[in-house]
Amino acid sequence: MPLPVNAELGQVSELFMLLASIAYVVALIFFVLDLVKSSSTIGALESRLADEKSAPARTFAGVGARESGPTTAAVPTGPATADDSMDYGSGPRRGLARVAVSLTVLAALIHGAAVITRGVAAHRVPWGNMYEFCTTGAFLVALIFLVTLTRKDLRFVGSFVLGLVVIMICAATVGFPTPVARLIPALQSYWLIVHVSIAVASSALFTITFSMSVLQLLQTSREAKLLAGKADNARFLRLVPSALSLENLSYRLNAVAFVGWTFTLMAGAIWAEQAWGRYWGWDTKEVWTFVIWTCYAGYLHARATRGWTGTRAAWLSIVGYLCIVFNFTIVNIYFSGLHSYSGV
Amino acid sequence: MKQDVSKDTRDGTGTTGARSDVVLPSLGLLGTLRWAWTQLTSMRTALFLLLLLAVAAVPGSLFPQRPANPAVVTQYLQDNPDTGPVLDWFQLFDVYSSVWFSAIYLLLFVSLIGCVIPRAIAHFRAVRSKPPRTPKRLSRLPVYGTLEVPAGRARDAGLTPTAAVEQAAVLLRKRGYRVEVRDAGTERPSVGAERGLAKELGNLVFHTSLIGVLVSVAVGGLFGYNGQKVIVEGDSFVNTLIGYDSFSPGSNFSDDRLSPYSLRLDTFDVRFDRDQMSHYGQPLDFTAKVTTQDGPGEDEEQQVLKVNAPLTIGGTNVYLVGNGYAPVVTVRDGEGNIASEGPVVSVPSDALYTSLVVLKAPDAKPDQLGFVGFFLPTAFVDEEGVSFSRDPDPFNPQLNLNSYYGDLGLDDGTPENVYVLDTENLTELNSRNNDDGGIVLGVGETYDLPEGKGSVTFDGLKRYVALDIHHDPGEVGALVFSTLALLGLTASLFIGRRRLWVRTGEHPDGRIMLEYGLLARGEDHRLTAEAKAVEKLLADRWLVPSGTAGEHREQDAAQSAAGSGHAHHNAKDN
Ligand code: HEM
Repeated sequence: MPLPVNAELGQVSELFMLLASIAYVVALIFFVLDLVKSSSTIGALESRLADEKSAPARTFAGVGARESGPTTAAVPTGPATADDSMDYGSGPRRGLARVAVSLTVLAALIHGAAVITRGVAAHRVPWGNMYEFCTTGAFLVALIFLVTLTRKDLRFVGSFVLGLVVIMICAATVGFPTPVARLIPALQSYWLIVHVSIAVASSALFTITFSMSVLQLLQTSREAKLLAGKADNARFLRLVPSALSLENLSYRLNAVAFVGWTFTLMAGAIWAEQAWGRYWGWDTKEVWTFVIWTCYAGYLHARATRGWTGTRAAWLSIVGYLCIVFNFTIVNIYFSGLHSYSGV
Repeated sequence: MKQDVSKDTRDGTGTTGARSDVVLPSLGLLGTLRWAWTQLTSMRTALFLLLLLAVAAVPGSLFPQRPANPAVVTQYLQDNPDTGPVLDWFQLFDVYSSVWFSAIYLLLFVSLIGCVIPRAIAHFRAVRSKPPRTPKRLSRLPVYGTLEVPAGRARDAGLTPTAAVEQAAVLLRKRGYRVEVRDAGTERPSVGAERGLAKELGNLVFHTSLIGVLVSVAVGGLFGYNGQKVIVEGDSFVNTLIGYDSFSPGSNFSDDRLSPYSLRLDTFDVRFDRDQMSHYGQPLDFTAKVTTQDGPGEDEEQQVLKVNAPLTIGGTNVYLVGNGYAPVVTVRDGEGNIASEGPVVSVPSDALYTSLVVLKAPDAKPDQLGFVGFFLPTAFVDEEGVSFSRDPDPFNPQLNLNSYYGDLGLDDGTPENVYVLDTENLTELNSRNNDDGGIVLGVGETYDLPEGKGSVTFDGLKRYVALDIHHDPGEVGALVFSTLALLGLTASLFIGRRRLWVRTGEHPDGRIMLEYGLLARGEDHRLTAEAKAVEKLLADRWLVPSGTAGEHREQDAAQSAAGSGHAHHNAKDN
């Protein structure tokens, strides 16, 4: 028999969650400030450079520097702080961004504590209902973002990613508040640990690639504008690497996430076999898991099909993510099916 | 693309002679077929079909589906007499067996087979062939570098260009490359190396396994079966066709496939959450204790059946999918004889087990009797005098029934639904709306029906379980193939397929010069890192500082794509 839950600890967890979301919001503000400040710094530098009519804009590893497709040879995009390799080191110091990252680390620590205390309070893994999927998922998004930051300078997506993290926590606390509880029999299975954890982790990765794909589309249209000699009206995108390198990095992350999602689908099927006696039955939740899988399989194919890379692939990645959001919100709440565990 | 080609063809055959120099040869039947086949097996078509499949799967989550919820579909058709039949015509209630859904996935799989076979042949050839020849100018490759061994060191170690190439080949082989030394003994010997053929193998395994999964699903559908059975505590089930409440065989099922095991439900225990106000009464545990027997005359065995923990017996899996209360009721007819006796399976309608009860006594004389109402495990009465259940456990079990007499309509042979009482031809005896009121019974109580029609007694309470029994011979195959698919996918996505060449030469002053170049096939962001690692390996071998002596350079991504000769090659980010 499972132990009774620890309600006080559950409240501690909720307090942590509140603190974490406050810290995230502050970090988010710093990320936005950094974007604003850095792009004006670059603007100033740029005009000084223009005045001096000196060295070409390559000083700061110009956007599109390494890119030379049939149409985009030597895009005159001006300087940017973001190197296409997304390695650290180039560009001016970004004090605000450093504060933002430190705050994100702090927030993630508190967030982690919230997630862990929740699990301890319930004597089980903290992913058994919508509140927990959201909060644990948001934690993974932040964690994966921070881990990636140690290797690549992805601070340019910081405001985007943290925005999504805050939305996820808010959705959990406002939309699906659920006190700590034990699991209903249908969820008492170790497949819950395997299936849901990988699903949440893959979704977290997809969240990050979604952000990057959106930026990629913005950057693509900006690059096209600059190429056509029009004014740069999205200056903050100078902090963002070229569309091509965004595409390449998000492809790598998407590949990992796709393997995770494939595993999620399989583990779900095995669990369904144990719980309901069939491994696949086109239950609404299964349908959408399949749709998402097929969508990202399409994305991977698109990356290997001439004429489908770049913008079209980015759209597929975005559509895939929208399906994930749909699956998680609308399907869980409004569609009837066997997966009636959402706790709402 | 597709349109262009067909237009060209039509123009070509239509305008004979006019511009004979540009007329394309008529494709003919064979040509047309070949053309269609090429189209079908192109990446673009595969992509299109994949996306189409994703879209086509969606309606199945929007409309109720017959295989899962036949009753809901019937209800939907009744509620929407205008749109319902139209939707039905488009098979929107049977999406996953519909003509259009099947057409999409079958085309996709034909395309897949057409794609996999030539690739498998090409891969087989690639595995057996030697690493590709050394390009004339390595400096044109996307990643290129040089290294030099100073004359003194070369002399001390007795290093010649050929020896250097041979040593490089050994190091590369250790690193997992297949290697071939060329032009040994000449002035410019080289080694060609290649690794990562497992990437393509993984891709082939992945795609082939998808076919395996589909076949396994089909096998399950053809030779499998599943059935449902409700068992009240103390009762047994025997795995024969008549033992089931409902049964759906696969298309190739024959009943000699059923192994005649039996299963008796001894007890069924339910635990609800009692120590947490927010989730008070939420179920915590369902445990069925059963006694099984592999066949007549075999040994009995005690087993436990739980949610998420099915029983495996006689080639089937037995799942606990539902449970509820079965009040034990005795009905006596107007002549004082027992017309019906035993547990009545009630259907829970909410989390508090407010359960629907239907009881038919066709043997009652002079008139058949019928009852319909509710069973409440913990009955309470609200201000308006309506009874409701306050707890899922049976703290105050109560039956609330209306009664009817007349013709139950069971004798004309139409299949009956035991959970529905058709009151059209019946006369009401008891109900909340008539003078006699509804019947309210606690355990052990008896109610005498008006007009001497008989009596009804609530003798006691039992629980029942609803079991799903499945036999799916394709299951193991599906698991094996999907696992293979996952492994293949991982290999395909994360193994880098690269080619590497090292060429050496001797400077007139005795320095040994090395140049190397790398080329990736497909996405490979680690190509530069690999170059660095290989350079370090070589430098360490001859104790020369790496990176300082040599030049190291990455080329433009686009150039690397052009150089790779690989149709779906993407520009890399190095
Ligand atoms: C059942 C439908 C299919 C699914 C779910 C599927 C899925 C995938 C996935 C996930 C990948 C990326 C992983 C990898 O490289 O192995 C992939 C790659 C690939 N698929 Fe498919 N595929 C399907 C059908 C097809 C068909 C019909 C073709 C041929 C026309 C095809 C050709 C390819 C090729 C050539 C690649 C390698 C792309 C590259 O070079 O990076 N696939 N497929």
